[in-house]
Amino acid sequence: MTNPIAPELSAAGRMPAKPRAGVWRRLLKRPLALLGLGIIAVVLAGAILAPWLTGYDPNEQMFDGLTLEGAPLPPGAQFWLGTDLLGRDLLTRLLFGARTSLIIGIVANGVALLIGTLVGITAGYFRGWIGSALMRFTDLMMAFPALLLAICLAAVLQPSLWIVAMVIALVNWVQTARVIYTETSSLSEREFIDAERTIGASAPRILFRHILPHLLPTIIVWGTLGISTTVLLEATLSYLGIGVQPPTASWGNIIFENQTYFQAAPWLVFFPGAAILALALAFNLVGDALRDILDPTQRGRA
Amino acid sequence: MKVEDIKRSGQAAAESGSVRPVLSVSGLSVAVRGEEGERDVVSDLTFGLMRGETLCIAGESGSGKSMTALAIMGLLPQPAARIGSGSIRLGNQDLAALSESGMRRIRGDRIAMIFQEPMTSLNPVLSVGRQLTEAIEAHTSMSRSNSRLRALEALKAVRIPDAERRLEHYPHELSGGMRQRVMIAMALALNPDVLIADEPTTALDVTVQGEVLELLRDLQREHGTSVILITHDMGVVAEMADRVIIMRDGRMVEQGRAADIFNRPQADYTRELLAAVPRIGGGRTAEDRQDAANMPAELVSVSDLHVRFDLHGGFFGRVDRRVHAVEGVSFSIAPHETLSLVGESGCGKSTTAKAIAGLVPFTGSISIGGHDLSALSRKERKAVRRNVQMIFQDPFASLDPRMRVGDLVAEPLLIHGLGDREQRHAQIAALFERVGLSADQMERYPHEFSGGQRQRICIARALALRPKLIIADESVSALDVSVQARVLRLLKELQREFGVAYLFISHDMAVVENISDRVAVMYLGQIVEMGTRDQIFSNPRHPYTKRLIEAVPVPDPGRRRARFARLDSEIPSAVRRIGDEPRKLKLEDVGDGHLVAT
Repeated sequence: MTNPIAPELSAAGRMPAKPRAGVWRRLLKRPLALLGLGIIAVVLAGAILAPWLTGYDPNEQMFDGLTLEGAPLPPGAQFWLGTDLLGRDLLTRLLFGARTSLIIGIVANGVALLIGTLVGITAGYFRGWIGSALMRFTDLMMAFPALLLAICLAAVLQPSLWIVAMVIALVNWVQTARVIYTETSSLSEREFIDAERTIGASAPRILFRHILPHLLPTIIVWGTLGISTTVLLEATLSYLGIGVQPPTASWGNIIFENQTYFQAAPWLVFFPGAAILALALAFNLVGDALRDILDPTQRGRA
Repeated sequence: MKVEDIKRSGQAAAESGSVRPVLSVSGLSVAVRGEEGERDVVSDLTFGLMRGETLCIAGESGSGKSMTALAIMGLLPQPAARIGSGSIRLGNQDLAALSESGMRRIRGDRIAMIFQEPMTSLNPVLSVGRQLTEAIEAHTSMSRSNSRLRALEALKAVRIPDAERRLEHYPHELSGGMRQRVMIAMALALNPDVLIADEPTTALDVTVQGEVLELLRDLQREHGTSVILITHDMGVVAEMADRVIIMRDGRMVEQGRAADIFNRPQADYTRELLAAVPRIGGGRTAEDRQDAANMPAELVSVSDLHVRFDLHGGFFGRVDRRVHAVEGVSFSIAPHETLSLVGESGCGKSTTAKAIAGLVPFTGSISIGGHDLSALSRKERKAVRRNVQMIFQDPFASLDPRMRVGDLVAEPLLIHGLGDREQRHAQIAALFERVGLSADQMERYPHEFSGGQRQRICIARALALRPKLIIADESVSALDVSVQARVLRLLKELQREFGVAYLFISHDMAVVENISDRVAVMYLGQIVEMGTRDQIFSNPRHPYTKRLIEAVPVPDPGRRRARFARLDSEIPSAVRRIGDEPRKLKLEDVGDGHLVAT
């Protein structure tokens, strides 16, 4: 009765799939995932190989980097992506900025996701007073202005790239926690979780073997959404003087420095913006593919 | 008798070929696009529906009966399914060729439909009266106040007590039976020519099912509506049908008058289907009953079990009401024995099972194999609980969809640290073979199996730890009758082989009669009668037990009940204010351990 459209689909003759071993191979078979991996690889290579890829110094203000009137140069043969307001080569700054932004986008965002998932899953599964305490704390964090909190934390701790990453993680985990909490509490009501309890499964086993895999799609979506927000949050912090200190480049602060000249020199905002977009999109494509590959019920569907 | 009248008129209509059918379906095929291309789920179906006739379309899941109904209503799931060929004529109109906007005028007005689950087919945020009124307004030019009067009439017609007040109620404030009545009221308010009822009583308790079926019959007689009743339950078919169509794999296997189908089935499949239907009185034979006198002491004993859930309300969320789910239940189960707990939804039978399985907190005492659970440490409790395993109702919901079935069955062994990898694998392969699956299916995922196969996987999983007691909570209710019969047979065989005891929880009296040694009947959290199977079924003493047994539709059109005793009031609620304790029933022995509440 449950599924009149696909009754008794026992899928005879389907190959018994070996899930874990084949994840990488199956990922490479999907064109979109391949594109995503390609973009990530290019950004990573750019960040690591930056000094060898470009002949300029990211912080050097060049004489020939500005017009005679002192305006930045548009993209051209000498400066491929143009120069910024101070006559620095934009491509070079983007390559070096990728180092900062990757650390922020992946590490800060990853830690935020980890904290959010742990808090959400614990509160959602155990509920009771532990759950209430954790979720009230989450609500409190949500109500507190994120920027103010970040400023306080950054003021107390000595600003460095890693501290900034941690500050961003501590501000950004709350949304994830909320969403994971809601999903976990509805998952714990499902019958197969009761079935696990009756065979004597321990709480960690239920949480990590049976609930966590079902949360993967949500975690992946929040993870990829978080990349662009964290990269921009870092820029906000550095604009306020507590993030990465100028002249060190990051994609976020390139946008922030140049946004007021958007109409006169659109490339200064366009290229770093496109870089953030491409990175977020790349993670999204890989994430989507991973979600499908790891979900056995999706196998064989487009 | 009124029932006879309908039967006669229906037969008369069917026999006189000159009368044109209200609805005629010819050569209907429905195609569904799936992973492997298009596939016909209904093929070449032809039938006619006469005025005032009840046509039952019966078959197991996947037979295409629901798809047929949806095709007639123009509600096929888009864009996956479409009508491949054939025509559906209502009077002179071909519905198969009609546009969506044309269909919308027909739906509700000339063909109405009621669905299985009345909660999901009513809008939870609108009052019942508003929904009824809107349905009437959508199809007529009546003013709001007239529509409201008509809505009230409709509610009265479906015998909803206190109809004026009910108009203001929201769906969640009504019981399942009441909701289904509202759906029927909504369907019949506009006097349609054809009413399609898709499993209208499957989600209802048996006693409520009896009332709703009777209501449908009465309304049909009054209005002369033609009814297409879709069901998997041959008992319901026998009770209601003038004519029957048996479907399988999208094709009509057989059609004919109800009496002919039941008494002289032509097709082999019909015979198999009828043979698989559990019947009261067709229970197990005396020889495979074990002699109760030779049994060793109790395996499980439950005494004065209470499960209550607090409800918060009012200021500051104080506890102001309590759900008295289980109120002082005591029973014991001997090794190798099957005790059935029966009762209708909300009677506390599943909660009792969950308490024994350790899923809900309780007061009172439960001891397993002589160990009182409350006296044990956490670790000892885990060891004792190993002896109790559970099989759930819905095999689709009780297996983690992201794990391979072999790993799922191996999991209990892994958790309790039994055997090494090789041994576990061998043991699981043997279990798979034993429950009728092949060992090479271990690598697959749950969604690749049918419902019956999944329930076998659940059984294998429950058996993996060699428990002494298996709790089967409505474990065969979601299965088709033929699959149900095979799973029941497997359960009995396994009991003989492994010597497990079963606590079998069910609402289906026929199934219970088939499998039980002893039966306990529950009502509102308490046991009202308990005894051996023969005591309960041949000599029911408590009025509620009698009512439950009477309510089961008999799969024989010759034995239709004339009238079903109707309850004037609804079953009282188990939710009570603090301090308002329910009265405790006393069980009295009326001979040979047959306990009846007084």
